Order: sequence, then structure tokens, then C-alpha cells
Amino acid sequence: MAVVSANSTVMNNVEAVRATLYEALKSDDRTLIIGEDVGARGNVFLITKDFIDEFGPRRIIDTPIAEASIVGIAVGMAMEGLRPIAEIQFADFIYPSFNQIVGEAAKTRYRSNGEYTCPMVIRTPYGGGVRGALSHSVCIEALFYHVPGLKIVAPAFPADVKGLLNAAIDDPDPVLFLEHKKTYRLIKGEVPEGHYTIPLGKANVLKEGKQLSVVSYGLYVHWALEAARTLEAEGFSVEVIDLRSIRPMDKTAILTSVEKTRRLLVIHEDNKFGGIGAEISAMVAEEALFHLDAPIRRLCGPDVPAMGYALPLEEEFMSSPAEMAGAMRELIAF
Amino acid sequence: MASTDVATGKLERHGLTDEQLRAIFRNMLLQRQLDNRGFQLNRQGKVPFALGSEGHEALQAGAAMAFNRGVDVLAPYYRDLGLCLGIGLTPYEIMLSIFARAADHNGGRQFPNHYSSKAAGLMSFSSILAAHLPHAVGAAYAIKYRGETERAVLATCGDGTTSEGEWHESMNFAAVHKLPFVMLVENNEWAISTPLAKQMAEPQIWKRAAGYGMPGRRFNGFDPIETYAAVKEAMDRARSGGGPALVEGTCYRYLAHSTDDNDMTYRTHEAVAERRKQDPVPAFEAVLLEHGVMSAADVTAMRKSVLDETNEATDAAEAQPYPAPADLYAHIYEGAWQPWQS
Ligand SMILES: Cc1ncc(C[n+]2csc(CCOP(=O)(O)OP(=O)(O)O)c2C)c(N)n1
Ligand SMILES: [Mg+2]
Repeated sequence: MAVVSANSTVMNNVEAVRATLYEALKSDDRTLIIGEDVGARGNVFLITKDFIDEFGPRRIIDTPIAEASIVGIAVGMAMEGLRPIAEIQFADFIYPSFNQIVGEAAKTRYRSNGEYTCPMVIRTPYGGGVRGALSHSVCIEALFYHVPGLKIVAPAFPADVKGLLNAAIDDPDPVLFLEHKKTYRLIKGEVPEGHYTIPLGKANVLKEGKQLSVVSYGLYVHWALEAARTLEAEGFSVEVIDLRSIRPMDKTAILTSVEKTRRLLVIHEDNKFGGIGAEISAMVAEEALFHLDAPIRRLCGPDVPAMGYALPLEEEFMSSPAEMAGAMRELIAF
Repeated sequence: MASTDVATGKLERHGLTDEQLRAIFRNMLLQRQLDNRGFQLNRQGKVPFALGSEGHEALQAGAAMAFNRGVDVLAPYYRDLGLCLGIGLTPYEIMLSIFARAADHNGGRQFPNHYSSKAAGLMSFSSILAAHLPHAVGAAYAIKYRGETERAVLATCGDGTTSEGEWHESMNFAAVHKLPFVMLVENNEWAISTPLAKQMAEPQIWKRAAGYGMPGRRFNGFDPIETYAAVKEAMDRARSGGGPALVEGTCYRYLAHSTDDNDMTYRTHEAVAERRKQDPVPAFEAVLLEHGVMSAADVTAMRKSVLDETNEATDAAEAQPYPAPADLYAHIYEGAWQPWQS
């Protein structure tokens, strides 16, 4: 980790998650990590490497391969006063724990009328572009963002990873923390030192522009930014918003931008049908229709079960920066 | 009933005092009275739903005696009225749940019988079978993690629920970590309409304990004293660092699954009547009379006090207001909340 200035360090996203988890374990002994291969192996991406040596197997818990109970046991720990951070090794393996997340963690406070709470984080790597095939590349956010009681975060930059993971760990309610695995080592950035949080539900305007608002999250934020710069070189002005949080979502940031640019393009990797973009589009149609000069557009994953392993299948599924630039040009020209 | 030592003719009381034996019996009477009341209120059209634990009285009253109030944690399921009474919930709290009143612990949100009380160490649970068992195991982990050596978690479920994956996952994790966790299975031979034989090929559920590497034991759940002894042994072991156990109590479900079920579509009056002959409530009464723990007059007085208490609880809870419509929006997250943040 190169030190750029006295107050910040350059890290990739893996290092940012790791550093934040480390500090959380250091500062609060109610915090523990529970998941598959988080101990001696240090997680499959080495995020928890060596943690077991420092914090011991009671706090870095290598579980049996049983995702429903990884989450369910964390729920029980949280109800009993601990602050567990559960890990699902790949988001593709989260399905067996669906009930524990949706039916239990998200409803504990509600069903007990506030008597019991469930302050816990579920971290999981998601997303494609890494030759992960059908079961190591899915996006899962749309399956969960329908659920009141749950919060969902999907940061793109190391500094946001730290601030949002700290906020998630401090949060009194369950948070699903999604880490795009292609950004893990690809994306580097300066991360401020010391403890700080970024509020859940606050988007970030990454680039200001006048002609078009582009809303995205995760890996595609980086590619949308690249495409927006291409358009800038061509003389267009594109605003890029990184949602960072999916639930809650920053309505003000989206509406303020759309009312200024009068055009909206939502880009995400998850399928279009019933995806996050559908909710954003509906909200903008309900609240800002007469500010729009063009139809809302969505550039999203196709309606297929998942991306295939073969490179052409993966590439066909993913949207490239060039495709994003194309969609931007089209919408500006409308 | 196995409570009498055949050789001596004495009551095998496993250390229970007369007072505790009477408390167990009173709990059994109260369960039955409250069960009946729920069904009556349902027939009167006052509540939409009721579910009884008739046949489980001895098991639950006995097991509750092995629970240390204010110390242990209970992770029950919906057929645990007697356990919840036995760890300190009052008939008034039960009636608030049945009537879904605002003053109910759950604010009238949950189905009846889904009690929770942080003060009593009673964990909140949903209707999703076995989903509470990982929670119980997580609580047991927290207890062990903090080094609280006098505490254990008592979790319960029905025979049918042992088929769920999370039942297995919970048992396995509890065993790997030697947690202070006791899995009490209330085997009443039915899961709604599904009999044991369709649920599992090996009907002796307790035998699975060996596969997890923990002690297992089956006991007669119609005998509250034998139940107490079995559950206490397991809880004491768990509290003192000896790890988890599986205890299976045999009993029977005398009523339909709930007021929404008609059990005569899958079993006969005769079959149920045959099992009624073993009804644990009159059986335990006979034991207490025989051994002079209670007189006939004591029993009459106790029955009357149970009825009075039930009537008072019913009237008091019924007089309470419903939650306000606006309560629908509270306690989703901490603080006020909208999915869209501005
Ligand atoms: C996950 C799940 N599946 C199905 C049901 C519906 N259901 C409610 S109770 C029940 C039977 C449970 O039987 P058992 O565990 O033996 O408990 P008992 O009712 O006999 O006490 C079923 C199938 C449910 N509540 N949750
Ligand atoms: Mg049953």
C-alpha cells in the first residue's frame, strides 16, 4: 500500500475491505467474522488473511458449508448482543440463506415491535467479467432490494468501501454489503486514514455534466465514467452519478441531476427486467416526467439466466464502455 | 406413569420439591385452560385463529422447570405455551397475543403463540419452521464467546421440523463448537397431516445425536418429572461447558393442528380417543394425589384459581386497544424511514 500523503493511502478494493474489517475487529470485541474459509485460508480473495492469527478462531469463524446457518447464526449472535460480519463466499451461494436474510434478519426488529434488533453485515463478492461462469458471476441486488428491513450497499471505489463498510458495521440494522469482484484488484484509489463513515443512502456525483444524467453502481460506474470522458472529448457534457447505496437510494441526487440535464440513462449489470433501473425509472417518471426531454433509457444485463463461461458469452452479457458511450450518444441525440 | 419407583412405591421426584411439583401441575392446568379459551374465543368470532398444545402439557411444564429464569435463553416454536408460561410469561401476556393488542410484546403483529420477551430471555421467532434454530445456536455462541458459564440456550421444535436443513445445520454447528445448546424435540407424531413415517425412516429422532457427536436421549414427554430430569441433565451439562445435547420427548397432539385444520380428514376419532387414555393432565393429578403432594380439595382450589386467572386475563386483554393503523410503519429500521433517501 503506497502512502501518497500523510493522511491517505492508495489501496485497491480488496485492501480497503481488509483494512476496514481489521479496524472493526481491533476496536470492538463484539465484532466477529463468520464464513467459509475465512480463517487459515484468509478468505478466497485473501481479504481476511492472517486475521485468525491475531484475533483467533473464536472471532474468525470457519464455518461448515451451510449458508442458511452462516446468516442464521449471525442473526442469533446479533439478537444476543454481538456485531457479527457474515461472509457468503460468492453471491451466487447466497440463495440457501435467502429466508434468513429476507424472512429473519430483515424482520427481526419489525416482528418483535422493536424489542429485538439485528445489527449485522452480510458481505459478499458479486458480479461478472471475471470468467466466473453461471455460478460465480451473478448480480443479486434485485432479489433483495424489494425487502423492507434490509439495507443494501454496492460501492465502487476504495474510499467508499471503507466509509460505507464502517457505516454498515455501525448500523443498527442488517446491511447487505456487495463487493464487485472485478473491481477488487482492478480499482485503486486513495483512502483517507482514520475512522470515517459515509452515510448509507447518499449517492456521489462523480462528474458533473449538462446534457445527460447517467446513474450506475459497482463496476459499471468505472466504465460509465470512461464512456462519459470519451463523450466529453467529442464535445458532449455527461453527468455521472454513483449510487453507492441501493436501499436506501438517493432520490434527491437523481432528481436534481435529471431536472438539470433533462435526460436519464441508468446502467447496471444485473438484468433489466425488474432490476434497480426499473425502480429508478418509475420514480423519475412519477416525480419528474415533465422535466424530461427524452424517454428514460436503461442499459442493463440481458434477460438470460446468467453469463456463460466462454468468453463470447461473457462479453455478450456485459456492457462495454463502448456500448455505454453509444447509448449516451443516442440519448443525447434524441 | 414412570414417576413411581416400582421397588419402593415412592415418587421418583428427581429433586423436585412438593412446591415445584404443584407449580408444574398448575402450569399444565393453565395451559389447558388457556388453550380452551383460545378455541372458545375463535368459535365466538372474537379472534381469527387459535392453536393449542394439548398433549404437550407435561413435557412443557417439566422442561420449563429446568430453565433458569433470568439467566437461560429460550428459543421456542409456536406450540410452546406451557414453556413460555413456565419461564415467566403471564396469562395476561398470552391473552394480549391471542387478541393481537397493542400492548402485546409484538404489538399485535405476529400470529398468536409467537411470543417473545427480551426480559424473559425469550427470543423472537417467525412462523418459518427451523429458522429459529440457527438463531438459538448464534445466541449460544455469544454466551460461550463471552464466557458466561451459567447460561445455556434451550431450543425446541416439533418432529416434522427435524426434516428441515436448518435443523441439521444448527445441530452440526452447535456440536462443532461445543455450544451451550439443548435441542428439545417435541415429538407428537404429527406435522399437520403428515405422520412420522412419512417424515423420516428412523422414527427415533434422538438417535441422530450420535451422528453429530453429541449425547442424545429420549424420554416420556407425558411424564413431567422424567422430562424435567432429562432436560435438566442436558441443560446442566451445557451450562458447565459439556456441550450440546439432543433430547426427544414423546407426546401426542390431541387437537387439530390449529383452528384452521380438520384432523378428521387424516386420522380417526378412535385413534385419538385411544391416546386420550394416556392424557398427562389427569395422569399427573393422580400421581400427586397418590403421593400426597396435593389433596382433592387442593386440586379443586387450583382448578378454580386457574379458571379465575384465565377469566381475568381474558377480560383485561380484551379491554386493551388494538394497535393504531399508523403502527404498521414503525420499527422497520431504527428511526423514521423511507426507501428513498433525500
Ligand atoms: C418452512 C415452513 N414450511 C412449512 C410450514 C407450514 N407448517 C406449519 S406447522 C407445520 C407442521 C410442523 O410440524 P411439527 O414440526 O411436527 O410441529 P407440531 O405442529 O406437530 O407441533 C407446517 C408444515 C411453515 N410454517 N414453515
Ligand atoms: Mg409434530
